[in-house]
Amino acid sequence: MADLRINLAGIQSPNPFWLASAPPTNTGYQVQRAFEAGWGGAVWKTLGDPIINTSSRFAAVHFNGQRVAGFNNIELITDRPLDVNLKEIYETKKRFPNHALVVSLMVEPKRDKWHEIVKKVEAVGVDGLELNFGCPHGMAERGMGSASGQQPDLVERQTYWVKEAARTPVIVKLTPNITDITATAIAAANGCADAISLINTINSLAGVDLDSWNTIPHVAGRGSHGGYCGPAVKPIALNMVAECARNPEVGIPISGIGGISDWKDAVEFMLMGAAGVQVCTAVMHHGFRIVEEMIDGLSNYLDSKGIERVSDLTGRAVPRYTDWGNLDLNYAVAARIHTDTCINCNKCYIACEDTAHQCIERIEDSGASYLKVREEDCVGCNLCAIVCPVEGAIEMVDLPSTGVPMSWNERQAALAKLNMKGA
Amino acid sequence: MFISDDALKRNFAEVKPGLRPKQAFEEAHRCLYCYDAPCIKACPTGINIPSFIKRIANKNMLGSARTILEANPMGASCARVCPTEELCEGACVLNDSSKPILIGDLQRFATDWAIRNNQQLFASGERNGRSVAIVGGGPAGLSAARELARFGFAVTVFEAKAHAGGLNTYGIVSFRLPKEIALWEVEQVRKLGVDIRTNTVVGRDVTASELLESHDVVVLAAGMSKVPMMGIPGEELEGVYDAIELVEKTKVSLSGELSGRRVVVVGAGNTAIDAATCSVRMGAEHVEICYRRSKQEMTAYEFEYEFAKSDGVAFRWLTAPVRIIGDEHGRVKAIECVRMKLEQAESGRRARPVPIPGSEFTIEADAVIKAIGQTRHVSLVDQFQLAHTRGVVTIDQETYRTSNPNVYAAGDVIFGEGQGDAMVVSAVQQGKLAAFAIYKQLVLDAGDVDRQT
Repeated sequence: MADLRINLAGIQSPNPFWLASAPPTNTGYQVQRAFEAGWGGAVWKTLGDPIINTSSRFAAVHFNGQRVAGFNNIELITDRPLDVNLKEIYETKKRFPNHALVVSLMVEPKRDKWHEIVKKVEAVGVDGLELNFGCPHGMAERGMGSASGQQPDLVERQTYWVKEAARTPVIVKLTPNITDITATAIAAANGCADAISLINTINSLAGVDLDSWNTIPHVAGRGSHGGYCGPAVKPIALNMVAECARNPEVGIPISGIGGISDWKDAVEFMLMGAAGVQVCTAVMHHGFRIVEEMIDGLSNYLDSKGIERVSDLTGRAVPRYTDWGNLDLNYAVAARIHTDTCINCNKCYIACEDTAHQCIERIEDSGASYLKVREEDCVGCNLCAIVCPVEGAIEMVDLPSTGVPMSWNERQAALAKLNMKGA
Repeated sequence: MFISDDALKRNFAEVKPGLRPKQAFEEAHRCLYCYDAPCIKACPTGINIPSFIKRIANKNMLGSARTILEANPMGASCARVCPTEELCEGACVLNDSSKPILIGDLQRFATDWAIRNNQQLFASGERNGRSVAIVGGGPAGLSAARELARFGFAVTVFEAKAHAGGLNTYGIVSFRLPKEIALWEVEQVRKLGVDIRTNTVVGRDVTASELLESHDVVVLAAGMSKVPMMGIPGEELEGVYDAIELVEKTKVSLSGELSGRRVVVVGAGNTAIDAATCSVRMGAEHVEICYRRSKQEMTAYEFEYEFAKSDGVAFRWLTAPVRIIGDEHGRVKAIECVRMKLEQAESGRRARPVPIPGSEFTIEADAVIKAIGQTRHVSLVDQFQLAHTRGVVTIDQETYRTSNPNVYAAGDVIFGEGQGDAMVVSAVQQGKLAAFAIYKQLVLDAGDVDRQT
């Protein structure tokens, strides 16, 4: 069995699965239950000034009968006094000394406030700190959370203040509600953060009730934007993780967050640069026990690939993630339909006919009908294979290359050279 | 032996529960929404099945019900009685890779919604000044009536029985098709302004020539008649039933008259199955079906056969009745049968059953139910002076027009002699097509002439 232990910026954990700072990590009772269930670490729900919450506060986006494709909340940071939290953190760490216990923090952008809370929290024996510069609602209106996280200079300055006082590793949690995630990631690195975690939730409105015309959720008939998470946000999160991972100016470990629901998602995040992952929505949907399947699936995957340590996955796919200008313009694929497995639903046909390049033909041959791709007209867009409900019935095959591999950048360089010669 | 009214009611209540909302929602989401879907082609009425299912999935129940009933005015009945395994569901592309979508059940879910919510889904067209008389208020007649009403015809349906609906109202056992469903469909047609004259027998209360004189066009959709005589001694005994009449009786009012009886049903078509399962539910002690051929030749659908078996009906293959034996009061007490063997007939024809000499044996029985087919309304066809082959009215396959250019025919009156299938859904489609042909003849084509002049 592969070694699942990770070391994220010095924080040790028996496996890469942590609970993200969120409702599941609100109390010692919850975090201890999670550790018992097998979670390798937890980021304690954000400590800060006592705040008041609203009711209701969660909403979900269901898609075609599939529940909780996306999830949205307008909940704020901890609703419990600091000393109660600190007592429970102390007890939890004592009971589970080998698990990663990180505490999320959020205070006003003031140096002494940060120093004060860092000292108090580290005094109870935590493994690390996570600075919440992401929360998009409520706190932001009071200059905290994403209000700080959207300003690289504030991220850098506050990170630095924390580092002045902290003795444990400091993770900066980034908001995705920003044009270029690497700007704040670099700011965190410049502020001497030990790691970054991303993404926090995305500004969202989960829905509108068709009968009452209330927002979903609503608070006494009115609503405001919430934070979006769950499986629906995974591609956005994965891209942001990858962008940070491939940017040498960031250069610090990453804790991946955003729609991770099973071991496969976790592997994807790790391959794209995460040293470990944090999970929330999947746990809110199914409970702590899903970590069993995550650990088992990951372990079997590593064994099947002959990989001894899960940490060896980190960043392995990052070199494959690049700018469009580096893509080979001469690479081509085309769709091929396997008529033996095709069930003739014609979904590929109508998708191509209406919305792509009209290159699938319906052929009637002595009563039987089948589909065939005119490869010379196929642009290899993948749409037919995407809409095909039968695994493997449509295969995207490599076409013989028409020239040497050449990217846009190489082409521009070659043209520039030619022009210079001509000049 | 006594069977309580409550037990009877229970026995004749619809066997199959409708889909629960979540089930329907999940099932609807399983549909692939095929393009040019084979299920549509497999439906004789061409219901846009993927479309009605998609509407269930996105909670547009009104649109779903309308999509179904637009193509098939008897869509609620058909959801229950269609052999879906052989039609839509049999054609579903998911048959091999998963399991077919429960199209029939989803259709029932949508149409039940329309019934429960008392929806009026269609409106009659602006009157075009033409009138049509329809003989027979069964699926074919009602289907034609609805379409004609929507085209603006003044439509009168002449129905011999107390209620319209034909087979759906009287001929299909309640536990598969409750009468209320069929009557709702009748009501939908009536609400389009169709005059449905029940308890009116054409040929007795009104003559064929009167109908032809007082209407521009007549649609003959009279269905079929009684079960024929078997031609064996003892058919006049008390306790010999006509399967069609027996089923009809249970649709009118339930009785326990077969309670405790030993019943023998002769025949193995779907009507025989209905008669047998009805008998069981009326409290019969033992019910068996005798068929002169073997299981392979049986015309009942496989699911009907399975249903009868699960109801405890026994089957005796290669067994033909020879005579029915009565007691001193003239009541059935046994039936004498003979064992049969199958002889290969010339190619293309069914194997011919022949008796095995000396193999006669007797089954004790208190009731014998004949279910060996149905006779035709030959005299009615003759009154209209229509060309026919042994009662099967000859029609133009495209227009459903008979040998009389002012008479069209649809439904069971044109079924047989290698022509069509005896399914409710086929009759409905024929009614639709006849209605369109009439519209084309009397309005569209006539209109073209007007415009040219």
